[in-house]
Order: sequence, then C-alpha cells, then structure tokens
Amino acid sequence: MGLALAKLRRNGVMAAGLLASLAILCGTGMAYADNVLKIGVLGVMSGPDAAWGLVSKYSAEATAAMYNEQGGVDIGGQKYKIEIDAVDDQEDPKLAVTGAQRLILQDGVKYLIGPNVDSTIVSVQPIAEKYNVMMFSYSFTRSLFSPPHHNTVLGIIPGYQTGPVVFKYLHDKQDLKSVSFIVLNSAEALKQRDESVAAATKAGLQVISSQDTYEAGSTDFFPVVSKVVGGNPGLIVLSGVSPADTPKLIKTARQLGYKGLLEAETAQDINIITQGAGDAAEGFISLGGASTPEIQSDYMTSFIDHYKKIAGEWNDEAGTKAYALEMILKTIQKAGPAAITDTELFKKTIPDFSAPNPFLKGNETLHYVGEDYFQQKRQIGLPMVINTIADGAFKTLFIGTVQ
Amino acid sequence: MEQIVFNGLVLSATYAVIALGITLIFSVMNILNFAHGQMFMVGGFICYYIYGQFHLPFALALVAATVGVGIIGVIFEVFFFRRVRKTATREENSMLLAVGTALLLENIALFAFGEKQRGVPDVLDGVLRIGDAFVPEDRLLVLGLSAALIAALLLFVQYTRTGRAMRALAQDREATLLMGVDVERISAIGFGIGAGLAGLAGALLVTLSGVNAGIGIAITTKAFIMIMIGGAGVVAGSLLGAVVLGFAEAIGYAVLPGSVTYLVIFLGLVVFLIVRPQGIMGKPWG
Repeated sequence: MGLALAKLRRNGVMAAGLLASLAILCGTGMAYADNVLKIGVLGVMSGPDAAWGLVSKYSAEATAAMYNEQGGVDIGGQKYKIEIDAVDDQEDPKLAVTGAQRLILQDGVKYLIGPNVDSTIVSVQPIAEKYNVMMFSYSFTRSLFSPPHHNTVLGIIPGYQTGPVVFKYLHDKQDLKSVSFIVLNSAEALKQRDESVAAATKAGLQVISSQDTYEAGSTDFFPVVSKVVGGNPGLIVLSGVSPADTPKLIKTARQLGYKGLLEAETAQDINIITQGAGDAAEGFISLGGASTPEIQSDYMTSFIDHYKKIAGEWNDEAGTKAYALEMILKTIQKAGPAAITDTELFKKTIPDFSAPNPFLKGNETLHYVGEDYFQQKRQIGLPMVINTIADGAFKTLFIGTVQ
Repeated sequence: MEQIVFNGLVLSATYAVIALGITLIFSVMNILNFAHGQMFMVGGFICYYIYGQFHLPFALALVAATVGVGIIGVIFEVFFFRRVRKTATREENSMLLAVGTALLLENIALFAFGEKQRGVPDVLDGVLRIGDAFVPEDRLLVLGLSAALIAALLLFVQYTRTGRAMRALAQDREATLLMGVDVERISAIGFGIGAGLAGLAGALLVTLSGVNAGIGIAITTKAFIMIMIGGAGVVAGSLLGAVVLGFAEAIGYAVLPGSVTYLVIFLGLVVFLIVRPQGIMGKPWG
C-alpha cells in the first residue's frame, strides 16, 4: 500500500512537472506565434507547369529569408518572422480547394500568393472571399480581379496590357505591319490571344493568322509553326506559352527560314531559351522583371543571391514574381499591425498605397494599378520591363507602365 | 506538301520509338507501363547532362540513356512488378503500381533536376531544302536513327533466341514456362529493353524538343493513343499507330485550325474504338 502511495505520489509529481513543462512550452510557442507572419503559397509545383508555382514559392522564400536575416519584417514597431507555407495544387481545382482550406482554416493564413491559372483561382476564390483572405494570383481573366471580387490581386502583367505597348513600340520603331499568333491550346491562353489580337488590330497591325494552337506536351512544333511561318508575318507572338515551349517554338521558326520578329507575352528565363534555341534566340522579345543588370538595384542583386541559394539557380521569371510578397509586406506595414489578421484594413490601404520600388535603380515607386481594366486597383504596379535577347543575354529594350 | 510529308515522317519515326517500348513491356508482361513517359524524361535528362553539360559525345549520351533507363526498368521489374504479379489477384494492382512508379520518377526528377526546361546544343545545325520543304539536319538525324533503331529492334525480336522467347511469352506465358524458358529472366529483359527504348527516345528527342521533369504525362498519353490505334501488344500495330498519329498531326496542323486537330484525332479515335476496340491489328492471341 505504502509502495503504491509512493508510486502514486511520484507519478503525481511527474504529471505535475509534465503539465508545467507543457504550459511553459505552450507559453513559449504562443509568444513565438505572436511574432510570426504566415504567408501561404498555393500553386502548381509539379507536372509540366511546375515552374510557375515553384518560382512563386522560391521567390517568396527568398524575400522571407532576406527579411528574417534582419530579424523579421517591422510592422508597427514590432518584428515579425515570415513563415512561408507552400502547397502544391498540381493545377487541379479540387486540390487547390483542399490546399486553400488547409492553408486558411488549419494554418490560419490571411495572405496567399497564387494560384497560377484560371481554373484553380476560380475554385479557390470563394473560400478566400468567405474567410476574407487576400490572394495575389497569376492569371489573366479580367473578371477574377473585378468587382465583386475584392480579395484577388493580379501579380503579373498580362498580354492584353503588354500587347498594345509592344505593338506600338515595334510599329513606331521598327515599322512593324503584320502579326501572327501561336497559342497553347488552353482556355486561358486562348483568352489571352483574343485580347492580344484585339490590341494588335487597334494598333493598326494586320493580323495574318491567330488560330494556330499546339497541345501541351508537344515534342515537335514543325507542323504548327510551318503554317504560321508560311504567312510571313512581321511578328510572331507566342501567346500564353509555357517557358518550356518557348525555345522550341523560336528554334523551329528560325529553322523554317523565318526572319521576322518573335515575341512572348509572358516572362521567360534566359537560360532556358538560350539552351534550347541557341543563336536562334537573338532578337527575341519578352516581358521581364527587374533582373537585367542595367536596371537592377543592390536589393534585387541580393534577392537573386537568396533565390539561387534556395532554388539552386536563378530563373528570370522570378524577376516579376519577386514583387508579390514585397507588396504584401509593404502594404501591411502601411496598414498597421491589425492588418495582419484584418484584411479589410489591407484593402483600404490599397488605393493610396505608394512605396519606393526596392528592386529597381533610381526613384521608381510601387503602387497598385488596374482601374482601367478591373474597375478597381487590384494589380501590382509592376514596371513593364520589355527585354530582348542580344549576345545570349537579356537586354532591356524599354520600360513601360500599366495604367 | 513536301513539308507536311517530312513533318509526318519525323513525327511518325519518333512516336514509333516511344510506342515500341511500351508495346514490348505490355506484350511480354501484360502491364500498361504508365511510367513510360517518365522513363522518356529520365533518358532526356541523362542526355542533357552527358551531352549538354559534360560535352561528351552525343553517341555516348544515347548509349548511357538507353542503358541507364533500361537498368531502372529492370529494377522496377525485379523489385516491384515481379512481386506484385506473384501476390496480386487482380491486374489493376500492376497498373496502380505502374502509376506509382510514374509519380515516383517524376517527383525524384523534379527534386534532382529542378523545374526548368533543359535543352542541349545542336548535334547538327544545318537546314536543307528539299523541294519546298525545310529539312533541318538534326531532324534528319533523328529520323535516320529512329528508323535504324526500329529496324534493329524488329530484327532482334524476330531472329534472336531472346527475341523469340519474348514473342512466345507474349503469346502464352504458361506454355512458354512449360517449354523451359526462364520466364522471369525474359520478363526482366523485356521490361529493360522497353524502358531502354523510352530512355533512348527521350535522349534522341532532347535535341529537338528539350526536356523537363513534367513532360512524362503527355508522352505516356500519346503512347497510349498509338497502341490503341495499332492494337495493344502488337509490335507492327504500334508502328502503324505511330504512323497514323504522326501523319494525323502533320496534316491536321497544316489544314485545320490548331485547336481542332487533336479534337478530330480524339473523335476519330473514339469512333474507331467503337468499331474496332482491339485496334487495327489487335492482339495476335486475342
């Protein structure tokens, strides 16, 4: 009996000790959690389009690492460690919903970077709106960023914005007269093509062909490019193409004797293009971020270094995707600490938000744009950096703006 | 017209190499290798590193891709499929295992090689004019190598002892066993050759189309279309399927709006399978 009592007493002491330890641990955990800003990244990180989601993830991680090295992001005088919580939606709307539910309901994320395509954004948008979560997404459909959708911000510059600017530039500077389009056969790319065709027509260009599409995963582009090259347009626009397909399309066009201009409406990576297309890529025009040496700031150089440490190598696509987390953090800083959990405050800050652009040399500013396209400011005001390839490297052709 | 014919020939030849591998595995083991596209992808990456990064001869890269992916195939057969075939009572188990190996390879590749598209320098960089057609020398090389490879494989299957054993296995596994053939050894060889062909096709095509970790699904889908057209498990059928698909693409892209080409191909496939579900040549024993 005595032994049993002693044992009970000893167990009781141990249990009390354990509870006390748990309490301390919980207390510590809660104190730590108070200083954590969790950012969700939801996107396609596997399969043929893995680059889209992975570049978003690596970019967010690079930005987070840069802030965390300084002790975190300063919001209202207090430092918050940034934690990136990433989920692969495999470009599947069902998995995107599951991923969003996990990030929002389980992990308590209030700011989400992604998803990458229309179908996944459409599936996640109702959840984000129900729980008042802000999404910085990468798609092209205007309605996704227009009222009544107030929680979704466009993180890139779509073709219908670059198109008019590039067409006008080439028309004025290089006497461009005609254009043809090659499009990935996906709903999103086709929509982008339609908008670009309208922009080309408005710019006074003759649209020679716009119906030529190819399937995802094509290994041979000769059949589709042969037909387009046959029309001998002054410019071939690669509309909505995946970075994986761009070098093959360029090389095929040149092998078929095409001498005109080639342009992609989406951000591309120089190594992918030069590896796949070699010298055929010279003169190719595409949208870029702030990654060309002549315009990048020291901060951008540091971002590139951090990105390389995380991903193993730089990807020029990150030149545009570098902005999403930076904009989220800077907007929260302006809105105040309450905006960490209350995104209404974040939304109220958007219209008048302005901050120095840390990625570019000079006195460029960051702000939200998009009123002309979405009837509200729901687009990151990225500089429209138009690059061309010269001597195997991207050179900035000109920098435009989105109004 | 010449361009359409040349495009059709190149597509058919490269598709044939892809279809032959999956057909060989299906005929010998009755397994639909869902990982065929991923094996193609691994072959492409082996070529990318050996030829593109280490600047070793292209021929060596082709051999390394064939042997490397062939060994992966043998490992899969010996350690995964053989065991499942022995213990499982339903054929679906092997299919699910094949899907699992596809995901395994894809995720390993994504982790090891990254998300980027990879390309290699041109093996040949000239462009010939034949009639109205532009004929790049690298595509001509791929066409020639594919044709030689197909011929070599057909000769191997037709005239060698191992090839005959593989054909016997394809016709009747039990009878082949009773005839004293080491069925497990032949199965492993069959899987290895089929996988090696996928690797070789990937290495060949990396010169034309590059490679990325996610390319496998599209390749597997096309391989299935070809064997559905030609008849699953029949070598000659898979070649026919490749020619049909290759020329359907070449002609379709030339005369139809691009997005309609595959719509027409799939519609035609559905109608064809209703009329002839076993494909043009069917299974010789079916």
